[in-house]
Amino acid sequence: MAQALVLGRRTSGPGVLPGFGLSIGFTLVYLSLIVLIPLGALALKAAGLGVDGLLKIAFDARVLAALKISFGVAFAAALINAIFGVLVAWVLVRYDFPGRALVDAAVDLPFALPTAVAGIALAALYAGNGWVGALLEPYGIKVAYTPLGIMVALVFVGLPFVVRTVQPLMQELDREIEEASATLGASRLQTITRVLLPPLLPAVLTGFALAFARGVGEYGSVIFIAGNMPYVSEIAPLLIVIKLEEFDYRGATGIALIMLLVSFAMLLVINLIQAWSRKRYGHV
Amino acid sequence: MEIQIRDLAKDYGTVPALHSVDLDVKSGELLALLGPSGSGKTTLLRSIAGLEQASRGKIFFGEEEASATPVRERGVGFVFQHYALFKHMTVAENIGFGLSVRPRAKRPPKAAIRERVLSLLDLVRLKGLEDRYPAQLSGGQRQRVALARALAVDPKVLLLDEPFGALDAKVRKELRKWLREIHEETHYTTVFVTHDQEEALELADRVVVLDKGRIEQVGTPDEVYDAPATPFVFAFIGDSSELPVTVDQGRVWLYDRAVPLGLDVVGHGPARLFVRPQHWEVGAPANGLAGVVRSVLRHGPGRRAEVELGAGVSVTVDVSDDHAVRTGDRIGLKPSRWRLFLADGQAVAPIPARRPAASGFRA
Repeated sequence: MAQALVLGRRTSGPGVLPGFGLSIGFTLVYLSLIVLIPLGALALKAAGLGVDGLLKIAFDARVLAALKISFGVAFAAALINAIFGVLVAWVLVRYDFPGRALVDAAVDLPFALPTAVAGIALAALYAGNGWVGALLEPYGIKVAYTPLGIMVALVFVGLPFVVRTVQPLMQELDREIEEASATLGASRLQTITRVLLPPLLPAVLTGFALAFARGVGEYGSVIFIAGNMPYVSEIAPLLIVIKLEEFDYRGATGIALIMLLVSFAMLLVINLIQAWSRKRYGHV
Repeated sequence: MEIQIRDLAKDYGTVPALHSVDLDVKSGELLALLGPSGSGKTTLLRSIAGLEQASRGKIFFGEEEASATPVRERGVGFVFQHYALFKHMTVAENIGFGLSVRPRAKRPPKAAIRERVLSLLDLVRLKGLEDRYPAQLSGGQRQRVALARALAVDPKVLLLDEPFGALDAKVRKELRKWLREIHEETHYTTVFVTHDQEEALELADRVVVLDKGRIEQVGTPDEVYDAPATPFVFAFIGDSSELPVTVDQGRVWLYDRAVPLGLDVVGHGPARLFVRPQHWEVGAPANGLAGVVRSVLRHGPGRRAEVELGAGVSVTVDVSDDHAVRTGDRIGLKPSRWRLFLADGQAVAPIPARRPAASGFRA
């Protein structure tokens, strides 16, 4: 370990700032206290179940359904956020309109608002008798108390991630590259897809990963709008809480560990794609 | 292809950037738009490209009215001061971009695009760099790529906006020579913007001098240097001193002293007399306008003196090595070549009289 650390330091060359030992030591202690020890304890507790017990929990029909909803809906919500987050960032960066500062500030509200408040507000709006729900009801679209409702909540809490990661890069995009593209005969669509978007891709993926991770772990806003029907609109975090209330601590940690593993695997894949795209498009 | 510009005007809100500009660019010509910042030169260039929508007036490429066509169909090659390369594309992808975005029916096959890219890289002397990214190139190399990219689509006209403005002096000189060579090989009708008069005079076939949104003079580098049409052009191009004089009864007066011009002039009233530093003859104080040398500094191969003529007027004079001029000396000055503009901007004596002694100056 020590050998590897020294090697790692050598390969990046001697810097002008000393203190590598101190800073890496602090980082490791800090990460251990905040992240690694709690997660280690979780794994330890779940280990009491044994592999069989863990598999039994993982393939329990209700758990499986909840995991599918948690990951599937979070993925879909992150995807929606990736697309519309880019759009919102574009409008904020490119156009000067009255009240832009207000809109800009409003983007961060999902971070600040207690998630339960958001959940209740969204549920009230999208319920069959709510303002928005009443408009959709005649077309047979039900949002509140269905998986669609979960998605609305996750889109809400994940909105700032993509906007805030893409915005600074977009600000750096030079107007002249669009003009160059136009003088070379590219259509507007070609300018967007071939000139403007590729350099933004790494940032969009970062925002997507953050929004996805947040969506998987989200609890507060979802339980108010989801309806929480087992097999239909029950998310995995809720299932953990239910197990805890039944004093089934082992079952709770088991589901938690499974979520942890799946999340880690998915984030790893996203990070790999991101590293690739940075290599491919990130020549700035 | 020749460019005709007729009565072109452009306002930004209520601020006029161009006033009714008329200009003809000959086919195959290398034309410089020269002026200080805010003179409208970049606005004029961007209007020709279609990147700027003129408020009034028309632009023709040959017979065809270009001002009616949007920028992407206008067929111009545009080179930006800061290169504007696509950073996520390789050099080859950058150069081939204009061909690869054509509609399928007009798009050349991949192999043909590749071939064109390689031949352009050869033209701009960047052979072997096709797989690099812009970030891996120097400023001069990036500008060469930008030019190759503009040429790839075989533009009707080539437009360059301060193409060497972001480069250091040495690279600039090199690229200037190189652009002239490329122009001689390709003969695209080329218009470039610059605020650097040396660049304009050295590179261009003809120079357009602009100030405050108006064309002051159009001419060959020799014409704008030797026979500036307006006080602005005289002051802007080359070094010169300006004397506030009065014309009365054929003579020119600096306050109460007659300026020895060697001939009589027509006109009456206040006027501005312009003389270049190399066009002063230095003699004894009694012989010409008397003044006191305030400083003598090295200037290129010769020396240059600041001479105070009194009443707050001082002039810059090139002194030859034969004259031992030192700070504090009293000397007499006579202009050998000069230009006089009356208050209405009208030039007096368009062909300056030349004294026999000064006839060798034109070299």
